[in-house]
Amino acid sequence: MSELPLEMPAAAAERADWLHRKANWIRLSAMTMNHRAGLGHTGGDLSSADMLATLYLGGVLRVDPAEPHWPARDRFILSKGHGAAAFYSTLAARGFFPAERLRTYMEPLSMLNGHPDRNKLPGVEANTGPLGHGLPIAVGAALAARMRHEPWRVFVMTGDGELQEGSNWEAAMTAQHYGLDNLTVIVDRNRIQQGDFTENTIRMEPLAARFAAFGFAVEEIDGHDTGALLERFTHLPLEVGKPSCVIARTVKGKGVSFAENQPAWHHGVPTAEQLAAATQELDVEVGW
Amino acid sequence: MSGTANQLAAQLFDCRDAYMSVLEEMAAADMRVCAVANDSLSSAKLKNFKTKFPERFVNVGIAEQNMVGVGAGLANGGMVPYVCGASCFLTARAMEQVKVDLAYTRANVKLCAMSPGMAYGQLGPTHHSIEDLAWMRVLPNLAVVVPADSIETAAVMRYSLIHEGPMFLRIGRTPAPSVHDDSYEFKLGKAVKLRDGRDVTLIANGLLVSKALDAAQALEARGVSARVLNMSTIKPLDREAIVDAARDTHGIVTAEEALATGGLGGAVAEIVAHEHPTRMRMLGVPDTFAPTGTAEFLLEHFGLTAAGIESAAIDLLRKEGR
Repeated sequence: MSELPLEMPAAAAERADWLHRKANWIRLSAMTMNHRAGLGHTGGDLSSADMLATLYLGGVLRVDPAEPHWPARDRFILSKGHGAAAFYSTLAARGFFPAERLRTYMEPLSMLNGHPDRNKLPGVEANTGPLGHGLPIAVGAALAARMRHEPWRVFVMTGDGELQEGSNWEAAMTAQHYGLDNLTVIVDRNRIQQGDFTENTIRMEPLAARFAAFGFAVEEIDGHDTGALLERFTHLPLEVGKPSCVIARTVKGKGVSFAENQPAWHHGVPTAEQLAAATQELDVEVGW
Repeated sequence: MSGTANQLAAQLFDCRDAYMSVLEEMAAADMRVCAVANDSLSSAKLKNFKTKFPERFVNVGIAEQNMVGVGAGLANGGMVPYVCGASCFLTARAMEQVKVDLAYTRANVKLCAMSPGMAYGQLGPTHHSIEDLAWMRVLPNLAVVVPADSIETAAVMRYSLIHEGPMFLRIGRTPAPSVHDDSYEFKLGKAVKLRDGRDVTLIANGLLVSKALDAAQALEARGVSARVLNMSTIKPLDREAIVDAARDTHGIVTAEEALATGGLGGAVAEIVAHEHPTRMRMLGVPDTFAPTGTAEFLLEHFGLTAAGIESAAIDLLRKEGR
């Protein structure tokens, strides 16, 4: 385990690896939080980590931890609010609050609620948790940027099972009607929801075709390839005049062999032994 | 502001006209003001707004969950959205969005709940919104206001722009007489004493305020002195006015165009039970879905009239041995 440079390297080839290792730190940090709290959603924390790292640490999102409510900031909304541990770890890594605060996750009166609360924690844009809320809010924010003639952008990350909530498709219709090309929907397509694989529950495919039919420009991408993610996220919209949808093919539980692709790890919580094994596999140190 | 204003005002006004003209006036003066609609431009009186401020008008179509979420997002982006739709759909269809995206988040969104109560009369219980006050007033952070006439509607609309946080504004459709005069100033959480009295207090909001004033006049003719409070704000509630009423008079009659449980009556009863127990009568729609009929017929049917308030007051005082 070597020391990671604090800033993303300039060389493109090194960036992907640097982001991947940052993502692994987010993974282990989230698992540690879930272990300490005895609660959490490990599988989705692990599937989203590479995207969160790329957005926040790869210089994609124009945000300022010193001024979290800076009016011209880009907005990122974690619609899958149950991925809070990975999200909080990312915000801490980006400097919105000291990483030590991650120790208080889900403790009484903590700022780190089981699902994000924007009135408690800097960097959080929307109080999410119930599914299907993030995309409508993101559409509203994108409309606000347009009304104000301001260049900031809106990113929203949804789960895949979450897209079974009809409110998403109401919002999708609004996004296409208003041609919101300042909006990017990132789907964490890990193919597993709480009870089972999505395709055994309510079939989500053909997901890309569905978004395309709703008027989005769509691209499917490997949600763990930080180089490809960085390239994609820094070149948006996918098509001028249309909202973008990036379907990130991911593995639920990614990076920790025993948790990968197991529905039980949706809200699985690692034991001390499992956490030690994960530390080995991820090859990082939490440090807080 | 006197009770006689009611008798002088033979003319009836649609509160929506006041809401609409103030909304347009505010939009002209403040670039943050925008409107979100769910298809029904004419019921929400937004046709002019759309023409005057096309860039600040969003029609999400028939999609209330999305409509409320979009409102929250607009607020996040620094706008002050007025999210306007029929109260029945705005509340029931989007309840979780109102709870989470607005109330819990403290989003600076103003819900304009159109045609509430039984305004849609013959369209039936699907289109009545008699549950809205009970549902809305239990949500932390959400201010709930039921203006009594078009003067108060205009005042509440102007206030809403300086109020930081979510509000639920119940905008009546059934034409109502004026109970306030043009000098009226709205204060959130403050009941307006339209008439003082020592025997009984009539607390009403919305359409029932003018009827309470008529009832007070009829009671006076029978030798009963009735205080009348316009309690347009259900949340935050004017505890002081309620405690004073409980202490100064021999009982309280509440009247609202909503379910008799859970709304204004329930809110008043909670304070009374805590602070100064007194006998109450709570007038509203009983635990039932309304039969077919016009708004006027249904108000009559459920005794939501001056005569209904009067007889409830007499009955209450009789029970008190007066």
